[in-house]
Amino acid sequence: MTSVTEASPPSPPVKRAGRGPGRDRPRKALDHGAWFLVLPALIPILVLSVGPLLYGILLAFTDAQSGRTEPTRWIGALNFRDLLHDTLFWESFRIGLVWAVGVTVPQFLLALGLALLLNQDLRLRWPARALAIIPWAMPEVVVGIMWRLVYNPDAGILNETLRDIGLGGGRDWLSGLATALPAVIVVGVWAGMPQTTVALLAGLQNTPRELHEAAAVDGAGAWRRFRTVTWPALRPIALAITALNLIWNFNSFALVYVLTNGGPGGRTRLPMLFAYEEAFRYGQFGYAAAMGCVLVTVISIVLAVFLAGRLRGGDDA
Amino acid sequence: MRTSRPARIGQYTALLAYLVFLAFPFLWLLSTAFKPPRELGSLHPTWIPKDPTLNNFRQAFEEQPLLHAALNSLLAALGAAVIAVLIATPMAYVVARRRTRLAKAVTGWVVVSQAFPFVLLIIPLFLVLKNLGLINSVPGLVLVYVVWALPFALWMLAGYVRAVPPELEEAAAVDGAGRVRTLVSVTAPLLAPGIVATALFAFITAWNEFFFALVLLKTPEKQTLPVVLTHFIGAEGVADLGPLAAAAFLATLPSLVVFALIQRRITGGMLTGAVKS
Repeated sequence: MTSVTEASPPSPPVKRAGRGPGRDRPRKALDHGAWFLVLPALIPILVLSVGPLLYGILLAFTDAQSGRTEPTRWIGALNFRDLLHDTLFWESFRIGLVWAVGVTVPQFLLALGLALLLNQDLRLRWPARALAIIPWAMPEVVVGIMWRLVYNPDAGILNETLRDIGLGGGRDWLSGLATALPAVIVVGVWAGMPQTTVALLAGLQNTPRELHEAAAVDGAGAWRRFRTVTWPALRPIALAITALNLIWNFNSFALVYVLTNGGPGGRTRLPMLFAYEEAFRYGQFGYAAAMGCVLVTVISIVLAVFLAGRLRGGDDA
Repeated sequence: MRTSRPARIGQYTALLAYLVFLAFPFLWLLSTAFKPPRELGSLHPTWIPKDPTLNNFRQAFEEQPLLHAALNSLLAALGAAVIAVLIATPMAYVVARRRTRLAKAVTGWVVVSQAFPFVLLIIPLFLVLKNLGLINSVPGLVLVYVVWALPFALWMLAGYVRAVPPELEEAAAVDGAGRVRTLVSVTAPLLAPGIVATALFAFITAWNEFFFALVLLKTPEKQTLPVVLTHFIGAEGVADLGPLAAAAFLATLPSLVVFALIQRRITGGMLTGAVKS
């Protein structure tokens, strides 16, 4: 460390030289070494991620099945044509959308509320922060199991609490045709709230306090301060986290697999559950890959729309 | 800033509501884990077990190969974390220090990989691993977890690299240190905490992962903890509640502990990664 400080007086001229014509010399040196630094990660990415994805897209145009002895044939867009008429797939697609929006929106509002609270000087901040970590650190499978215990028609705490306050009870929330999807959505909100809260809290802590105080001095109420100071600063992070949440939720699997396994009667059969069954229960690899392609396309559109919105937001700022 | 008294009361009430919402399922899991069968069958369950017992834990280990599953999980998560960090750190360094096409491609890939439905990845991966004879093996799962962990590992590590001022490296170079020497004796020590945090985060995500493990691991002696936990829920969805709760609680402990240790670093790392690029 001493040598660093000793070297600092002469360093400005050296750095200036580095920005001049001689600047590409150290760059070149790094470029040669760079490949050796990059390859250890690049090879597995190409072999086990990019390669399989391209293979997956190819599979969507074949009749690939598991455990079949005849060779796989190229069948063109036949899988996609079948998919177009597959009402069960579109039903699961619709459920996926309801679930993704149904989880993401309340999750965002609740997380925003909690983040605003945690950003205040309140006494109970620490236990709240610690507690907010629990759902985040838990395996999704355990979250699912835990809520099955809560929802249990006989021994669950939810029905008992409802009985105690005189609202009936004894309901089998996860098996009811009408209640299953809402019940599962509540779990989704609970499970994803902490991550959203932490992201928003970090965004809040980046907004300058002085602006708030200046606005307060000017007589702006809490809502006006939120509209004019907090929200503009929070917007980019809020948009990014919402886009990611929509996509993550649309793609989710483990939570609902454990809670209902898609039941009752397919009422909670998310697209991923549907594709999983198609591929690994019925062995329809080609058909499931085609589903994957359709889902990717839709997700890319969502992502593009949000990124466009984010860029426009950047122009305003 | 001054806040009026009614506003304060409102804030505390809201905070309390959040605390209850966040805590109650977890407390219920704990309560169920310590209840004897008689209380679990009761139509009027109570929060505090009247007759707390450790029997559920013993029974959980008897019913399912939990120890073995925990060992598999540990191997998969450790392997994934160590390998992912070893190969991601050099690349993250290049990505963070250089604004090249490669760096842009990596950033793009990180974003896209977040959006991918795993189903499109798992079918071809399943076929590839099957041809390699790596289905139903923990090393096969480690391979998948490494690739799966790479995007966020690169993301977090690049953020940590950017936090190391390039001037320090330049100064070392001026002093005559070679590039390797600079990386090893100047950059690496400053990066170490970030590398550890990234590895621990990769560990937790692999420890908690379910989908790939469900597809790739077929026999009970190879399966990881999350997959074995689902066996407690029978085919008809009827579960032995006490052992189920006990096992679920045990499976959460490692990630809770690790997460408590590194929570601040994770959020810091993810956000510097997100904000700077």
